[in-house]
Order: sequence, then C-alpha cells, then structure tokens
Amino acid sequence: MTEIFDRFGKPLGGIFLGLALLWLAGMVLVPGVFMINASLRPHLPPPLRGGELDVYVLDNFAYLINHVNHGRIFFKTVWSSALVTLATLLLCYPIAFWLAKVARRWQVAVMLVLLLIPYLMNEVLRGLAWYIILAFSGPLNAILIGLGLMDEPVRWYGDGGVVAGMAYAYLLFMLFPIYNAISTLDRAQIDAARDLGASAWRIHRRVVLPHAKVGIATGCVFVFMMAAGSYVAPALLGAPGSRWFTQIVYEWFFEIGNWNRGAAYGVALMAMCLAVVLGLLALFRVNLASAVK
Amino acid sequence: MTQTTTATATLDADLPPIIPARRLSHSGMGVLLGRLQPLAGRIYLLVFVLFLMSPLLILAAAAFNDSSFPTILPWQGSTIKWIVALFHDGEIGQALISSGIIAAGVIGLSLPVGTAAALVLTSLHGRTRGVVYALMVSPMLIPGIVIGISTLLFWRQVGVNGGYFLTILAQSSFIISFVMLMIVAQLQRFDRTMEEAALGLGASRLLVFRRILLPYLRPALLAACCIAFLQSFENYNTTLFVRGTETPLTIFIATKVRTGLTPVINALGLVMMVGTIIGAVMWEIARYRRAVRSAAI
Repeated sequence: MTEIFDRFGKPLGGIFLGLALLWLAGMVLVPGVFMINASLRPHLPPPLRGGELDVYVLDNFAYLINHVNHGRIFFKTVWSSALVTLATLLLCYPIAFWLAKVARRWQVAVMLVLLLIPYLMNEVLRGLAWYIILAFSGPLNAILIGLGLMDEPVRWYGDGGVVAGMAYAYLLFMLFPIYNAISTLDRAQIDAARDLGASAWRIHRRVVLPHAKVGIATGCVFVFMMAAGSYVAPALLGAPGSRWFTQIVYEWFFEIGNWNRGAAYGVALMAMCLAVVLGLLALFRVNLASAVK
Repeated sequence: MTQTTTATATLDADLPPIIPARRLSHSGMGVLLGRLQPLAGRIYLLVFVLFLMSPLLILAAAAFNDSSFPTILPWQGSTIKWIVALFHDGEIGQALISSGIIAAGVIGLSLPVGTAAALVLTSLHGRTRGVVYALMVSPMLIPGIVIGISTLLFWRQVGVNGGYFLTILAQSSFIISFVMLMIVAQLQRFDRTMEEAALGLGASRLLVFRRILLPYLRPALLAACCIAFLQSFENYNTTLFVRGTETPLTIFIATKVRTGLTPVINALGLVMMVGTIIGAVMWEIARYRRAVRSAAI
C-alpha cells in the first residue's frame, strides 16, 4: 500500500488512492449494500419508514419464490441465457479458429471490419433490425414461404425471437475472446499433431480447445451475463406471454412502485449471475484475472 | 504457456502409431472429403457473414422505403424523405444532445478515476492485489440493471433523483472498470527506470507523472476515451433505471418502437452505421499498416 506513496509522493499518491476508493466504495460497494438493505425491508409509505414496522424481513424474496409466474420466469431467463451462450459458442468457434489460424492477413483485415460494424452498433438498433426481420409480414416469413418451407407465416415474436435476437446481439462478445485465445496458439503444434496423424477432430479436442479455454470462459461469462441482464431484446422481440426477468424488475420499480421488492428481484438476478460466473470459471479452471483482462 | 505444454504432452502420450490421415487422402473417399471440408467451411463462412450483415442491410434498406412503418416488404417505392426528416427531427436532436452530455460526463469521470485505479492496482501485490482486482472488475460482471438499481436506491437516501447526474455515476461505475483494464495493460510494458532517471535528475514527482507517465499512457487513454464514449452512448439497461425524466438516444429509440415507429429511426441507424463503417475501416487500415510494417522489420 505504501508503494503508491513512494512512487508518486504523498499528495499525488493520495489523490490516486482517494479516487480509487471513491469509485470502489462510493459507486460500487456502498450502493450495493443499500440495495441489499432495501431488498430486506418491507415496502412502507414514507411516514412509517424507520418506524417499528421497518424491520428486516425476507418477505420480498419469499414473494418471488411463491409467485405463480415470477419464479418460472426467473428460471426461464436462466435457461434461455444459457441457450444463447451455447448458441453463440457453437456459431463462433469455427469462425474464431478460421480467423486465428487459417485466414490470410487481408482476409482477417476484411473480416474484422465486417465484424466490427455490428459490434459497434447500438444494441437497441440491432434489436430493431430483428424486430423488422421477424415481423409477421416481414422478410423472414416471406423468404421461408417463398422457398416453400412453410405454408403459413409464423409469429416469431416471443421466446424464440428473443433468443435469436440476443444470439445475434452478443455473438461478437464470444467471438473476439476465443479469437484472441486461439491467436496465441503456436501453429507448429497443430502441424505437429497433423503430421503425427491426428484427425481434425482430435486436433481440436486435444490441442486447440484446451488452448482456447480461457477465451471460451471469458466469452461464456460475458454473453451469459449480458443475456440474463438484457432488457432491450425481450422488450422489442418478446410477446406478452414471454416476459424476461428484467422486465419484472422494471415493473416493480416504475409501474407498481414497490422499490423494495424490485431491489429484492435485482439482488436475486445479481446473485444468480455471480453464481453462474464463478461456476463457469471453476468449470473451465480459469481464474478471474486471466478471464477478464 | 503451461497450457500449451500440457496439451502437447497429453497428445504425445496416446498417439496412433501410423499416419492414417495422409493415407486416406490418396483414396477416392479421402480426396472427396478433403475437397468437401474447405467447401463446407466456405459455405459456413458465407452464411455467417450473411447472418451478421443481413439485419443491418435490412435496417438500412427500410430507411429508403416509402412506407409509414419501417419494413422492406412490401416495397412501396424508394424515397429519401426519411433521411431528410431525420435532420429536421427536433426530438432526435434533443436525444442526441442528452446522450452527448452523459457521454461527456462519463468520459470526464472515468478517465481520471480509471487511471488512478490502475495505478493503485499495479502498486499492490499478492493476495491484496487479487482481492482488489476482483472488486475492480466486479461491475463488469454484474448485470447493468443491477448497477442502475443500486445507484438509484443509494442516492434516493440523500434525496437525489434520477437524471443526468445519476446516469453519469451509474454508467461510470462499470465503464471505469474497462478504462482501468486498458490502462493496466499499457502500464505492464512501462519502463520504471525512466521515472527513476527523471527523479534522479531533480524532477518533482508531479513533473515526472506529467512529463513521463502521462505521455506514455496517452494512446491507452485515447483508446479508453473511445470505449467509454461507445459504452455510454449505447447503454440502455443501466440508463433505464437512473435516467429520471431525461431521454437519451437509446431510450428514445426503444420508446419509439412501442409508441409509433417511423423509418426516421432507420435513417438514424443508417447514419450511425455509415459513421461506424468509416471509423472501423480507418481503424483497421491503421492496424493493418502497423502489422505489415512490424512484419517487414
């Protein structure tokens, strides 16, 4: 801790330390504690706040567990986010490998520009694009009927539309970490494995995948977290019967006005995401510092 | 490094004694498979690029359709009236200004704090460093809406409601993490002896920071500035909870989708896309040139 003062002197070092503390304590930790605190208290009209009724209770969490729909929507959000993560992983791995080890330099340059354009686009605009594609009288239905694959147009808005829109929106958060990881693999290892007779499948399973592990873990962590916490895609591409957990959190805050219950739902979402993140890192045997850098 | 060695070690352990892959390629089936594999790869690549690009093309194309609702089917004739309308749309202008104010605030807060955090982190060692590191990246691993909620609940206690101030604070709380990581990456290659030399020659610590470290960090600060701007400009989830009565661009677009969407929004998407493409191509050309130059040396 004294190193920062040794290096920059008392005044400057103090400023750096102060700013870092202001961020970690004032903007991250303390607001988090306030949220957890609010989630454990009942929703009371202002005159009763701080009174004898304002005690710690688990009512808000019990409500989530006992509610007919909310618990179901919570788990649907988890499973759908896992599905989005798996879909992006399967879609991206071959492309990441091609980019890192097969493509020529100019191909990589062209591809990276093509990839960067949707990556830098607004998530809301990406959602809007899918909103147009999936419309009842939109291009997707028209193409599928034109090809003779369907007789009747399909209503795509709903859980399926949300998962498709999210897989598209978060694709590149999976691709880039895996690409970066495979890029550092020495090509000689692949050549050696091939010369020794390993099949393509075996080369991937025993050489490339173990090396890409860190990138895969990073991609999975971010895609899952973003999917579970997304509000845009479900709001644009969902149907009345396909609500996402974030939409219920929003309702508690701004439609029903019960902030305490909303806070509890937010805490549940955060706890689930942190559990999945730590679970994934443990599963891949990757530490946080190499996954997030 | 350890990963690669274990990979080769396990590979060595149970290798097949002969080379069947090479043999196979001389048989008819092998030739066919050898041809098919790159073909399948190319088709997949094409489908992937199509999947990536078609939503954007459709979004852009709908900006030119003479229909009151954004769609490409039925095509009711080409028009540029939506693009003209975009530049006369006061609401969109207001939303852009609102997003700009927030982004400026976020950059102004995130860059100094992120740099300070990076310097603090790199001065720590061992377990402390691990704990502080986990704490510093945690805002990136928490859903955006949770950050919005906690900021909103915390500031309500002191009587501050949603608005520009809370939006800047809430967005910064995770954007600082990104800035911090970028500065740390740059700091890892820094040669500390330059600082010691300057100090030995009589420079004050403030002067050393200003004239040695800060110029060294400039490329990373510039990149962090771009990332902070993009992250802030695109943010929806966190902003939704702390915006109060402000309507930044992302919120505006999403509201429009529900309350009456016109192709003006597509025109806006098109303009943003063109800007992005110009930026991306310039960035990639610079990167490509650097790569070619370093390969030549």
